[in-house]
Amino acid sequence: MPHRVSVVGIERCIGCYSCMFACSRLRFNEVGMARSAIQVRSAGGIERGFIVIVCRACIDPPCAKSCPTSALKPRPGGGVILNEDKCTSCKSCYEACIVRAIVWDDERDKPIVCRYCGFCTKFCPHNVIALESIGREILV
Amino acid sequence: MTDPSIYNVLYIDLTEGKHEVQERRDLFEKYLGGAGVAVKLLEEECPKGVDPLSPENPIIFTVGPLTGLFPLASKTVAMFKSPLTRNFGESHAGGRSAAAIRFAGYGAIVIRGASRNPVYISIVNDKVKIKDATTLWGMRSSYAVGRVLREVEPGAGKRTIMRIGMAGENLVRYANVVVESYRHFGRLGLGAVFGSKKLKAIVIVGTRSVKIDDVKAYTKVYEEIYKEVTETGVMSKYHVLGTSENVLPLNMLGALPTRNLMQARFELAENISGETLAEKYLAKKIACTHCPIGCIHLASLRIAFAPGHEYETLIIPYDYEPIYALGSMLGIGSAGDVLRLIEKIEGLGLDAISTGVVMAWATEAYQRGLITERETMRLRPNWGEDVEVYIRMAERIARRANEFYSALADGVEAAASKYGGLDFALTCGGNEIPGYHTGPAALVGFITGPRNSHLDSAGYSIDQKALVKPMSDEEMIKQLVEEERVRNVLTSLVICLFARGIYKLDRVSRALETLGIRRSLEELMQLGAEIQRAKASFKAREGFNPYNVRIAKRFFETPTPQGRLTEERIMRMISMYIDAADLKDIYRA
Repeated sequence: MPHRVSVVGIERCIGCYSCMFACSRLRFNEVGMARSAIQVRSAGGIERGFIVIVCRACIDPPCAKSCPTSALKPRPGGGVILNEDKCTSCKSCYEACIVRAIVWDDERDKPIVCRYCGFCTKFCPHNVIALESIGREILV
Repeated sequence: MTDPSIYNVLYIDLTEGKHEVQERRDLFEKYLGGAGVAVKLLEEECPKGVDPLSPENPIIFTVGPLTGLFPLASKTVAMFKSPLTRNFGESHAGGRSAAAIRFAGYGAIVIRGASRNPVYISIVNDKVKIKDATTLWGMRSSYAVGRVLREVEPGAGKRTIMRIGMAGENLVRYANVVVESYRHFGRLGLGAVFGSKKLKAIVIVGTRSVKIDDVKAYTKVYEEIYKEVTETGVMSKYHVLGTSENVLPLNMLGALPTRNLMQARFELAENISGETLAEKYLAKKIACTHCPIGCIHLASLRIAFAPGHEYETLIIPYDYEPIYALGSMLGIGSAGDVLRLIEKIEGLGLDAISTGVVMAWATEAYQRGLITERETMRLRPNWGEDVEVYIRMAERIARRANEFYSALADGVEAAASKYGGLDFALTCGGNEIPGYHTGPAALVGFITGPRNSHLDSAGYSIDQKALVKPMSDEEMIKQLVEEERVRNVLTSLVICLFARGIYKLDRVSRALETLGIRRSLEELMQLGAEIQRAKASFKAREGFNPYNVRIAKRFFETPTPQGRLTEERIMRMISMYIDAADLKDIYRA
């Protein structure tokens, strides 16, 4: 059964960014907020709370459909898998995702796509995000 | 290897409208960062005897090698010559400031000179621009300034927006700098230094990353710290009720300054306690960047502004110190009133502690007839009776509305020197006191600490230990000196002092080692001592001497939990401190 990271308690987010630092550490061997598949920002002033953006693992992903070279392919059960060698950096996928879950890596000029590993969820002190299994039958 | 971007010092000259970056490996390799590097930059940049409100006074911001990389290494140090005490000025803030500076690619930012017209500085990684802030000048609330800059500058979520309010513009000597609406460079008047430079705000966006060579070693120490922070109770105090947890215990001890310290117990403490605030007003808690604790407590206060269920809802940060200064110190025993006053004062850009102590002095001076309604412009302050009086008083201070309010804007020391009432003007070394009438260690700490506050050596904590297990004056001084040195190390990195239970020096040493910085415990303590001497040297150079500090009679009149203090004992302990801290060649009797 495939997994995805879900935002399950956005109002509990304190804006510590530990999830982003976890992703950047694991995926890029670096510390920062630029390169992370999960993104946190304020919802327009800290008093309004935070927005957490993460790949929703669509069943029929618009990002993959928009990819002219099939570098992004649908993952069985939902979500996408990136084959970077085929990527031409056209940014079509980045434009296609309306929740902006595809982060653009300016340094390498490539998309950053969630790998659904759930490492970030281990560093959320308030259980705002969770790794959950998804099935084809669940259209959420 | 350490990430070399930490060595970058960004120098911005507001007079010339220019900026440059210099690599200062020399400073960072020796003094790590934060307070250590800042005090050396202050020595370099600040000429002896300058007017703190002149263009020659620099503003220095520093972060450290752990900033952004480890949980709770989340603070920025600001250094400057204080317009309030006219000697050493240091203030710390969190929010997004530290991570923004680090990930923009700097270890320090130095601001020199002064602009002729209102400006703000926009720093987006290596792009630095000085922009027109004419339209922002004179804006009623510092919150509004943030709202404007949020729209016109990039980097949502990855930026800091530091700004001053009306108080900073009008050079109130204890004006603060508001960061991300709810955090502050609060003490010692950095806001006035901004104002004197016509600098309304600084926006810093940092989107770069820091490369780690030995990710394995780094991750190991990182996860160990993260786990201890989130899974043990070491830091729960700061998350659960926050610092306002202190209200009731300090009141029970008889250490909560009340009504200008005429008392040290407040009969209405229950009403303004952390418990009451949490139950009735707490809306949410938020965190500084890379801190999983989230100690920033935000209250939601609903106020009816017209009949017919017309409400406005304010979001207001609260902590122990503002509750003391704007609550018990003014005899205000309603949480709603305290919150309203906090909101007003932060909108104006005033330091909450100094403002509370100033208004407490004004209340007593009015009641004793040293000042009249002529001076107060018809306000009649009376302990806790009408919060509106204090709201108006704060506005008039921020505007320097008349000669009297202008004296208040210069601090309690200045006002009492002019109108009388020095015996109950509660400053140490010119800085208004924080909320701890716990005993001799606290008072000696206020006098000997470089910031003349509780922040340098936490004497209040030593006093409370002494209540459990009695301690000699020598032992207290020994602990005071050691705590100051340890804090100098932590604030050079720059670790939030709330995490001092997590970051014991051996762990600090191991965290540094993962970045290729090798420092033994002895070397770290030596650094702490060296920074202590550097700060004292700056203070002495600018005319400060703890032997000559005026100690208000009030400190000796109101008993502490350890009994009544005497001037002889405090003077003896000051002398012991100077011996123990090895500062005899700097401060002479």
